[in-house]
Amino acid sequence: MGAGVLTPAASLVCDERVDVRRRAAGVRRGQGFEAFVAGAAGRLGHAAALLTTEPPGRDPRARALLTAALAVTYARWDELRGEDPYDHSRRELVARFARSAWRHHRPRGGVLSRLTPRERLVVVLRLYEGVPEEQTAALLGLSEHRVRAHCTRAVTLLTGPAPPGRPATRGRATARRPVAR
Amino acid sequence: MNGRERREEEVRRLLAPPGLRLPPDVLPGAVARGTRLRHRTRALRRLLWLLLVAVAVAFAVWAAATEPWHRPPLDVSPVFTGG
Repeated sequence: MGAGVLTPAASLVCDERVDVRRRAAGVRRGQGFEAFVAGAAGRLGHAAALLTTEPPGRDPRARALLTAALAVTYARWDELRGEDPYDHSRRELVARFARSAWRHHRPRGGVLSRLTPRERLVVVLRLYEGVPEEQTAALLGLSEHRVRAHCTRAVTLLTGPAPPGRPATRGRATARRPVAR
Repeated sequence: MNGRERREEEVRRLLAPPGLRLPPDVLPGAVARGTRLRHRTRALRRLLWLLLVAVAVAFAVWAAATEPWHRPPLDVSPVFTGG
């Protein structure tokens, strides 16, 4: 090994060192992320299932949504800088659902089948997650007034009498809200 | 508790999960997808930096070659009026 600028062998050693460091960072990230998922993903998964209105146990769409949201959190894990990973994942989940809301118009038999996708978002954030009104408004890009209106309407629909036919909180995707278009 | 709060409480009960369990395929799926996303983001960032450097080098070479800060030499010499 000469005293050259960076002989191939020396650069190899250097590469190896970088590689080792990177792998160590990967392991650390993996452990932190695993602990986070173990603690928080069940709750977030239920929120996703509420949004897609899939009944518990049969929720492939909710699972796909959750996986995609968690993947983004994993990818940005080193850049969160003190931000709560749960908040990050929830934001990602909400944004993803809002973007693909047109795919979720059809009720699938879950508790919130009678609501529109946006009403579901408001209800899940406000009443299931307990997010304050103004944060909900910021997350959804709505005014606080609209959030309150959606929430009131949703609560009225959910606690009011079930539409004729089968009860909306159970059964398959046949539970439909009264057609109002 | 007024009527509105009571009804919101009712909805909260309706939303409560029957029992939180995590489907087993979510964690490995998220890690695999997140890793791919990381690599893609890093590759994109590297590409953009490379592009930036290439543009800077190209500009420097062009500037050194044409030296646009010099006035172009006059093609026509001024009319000689002196005696």
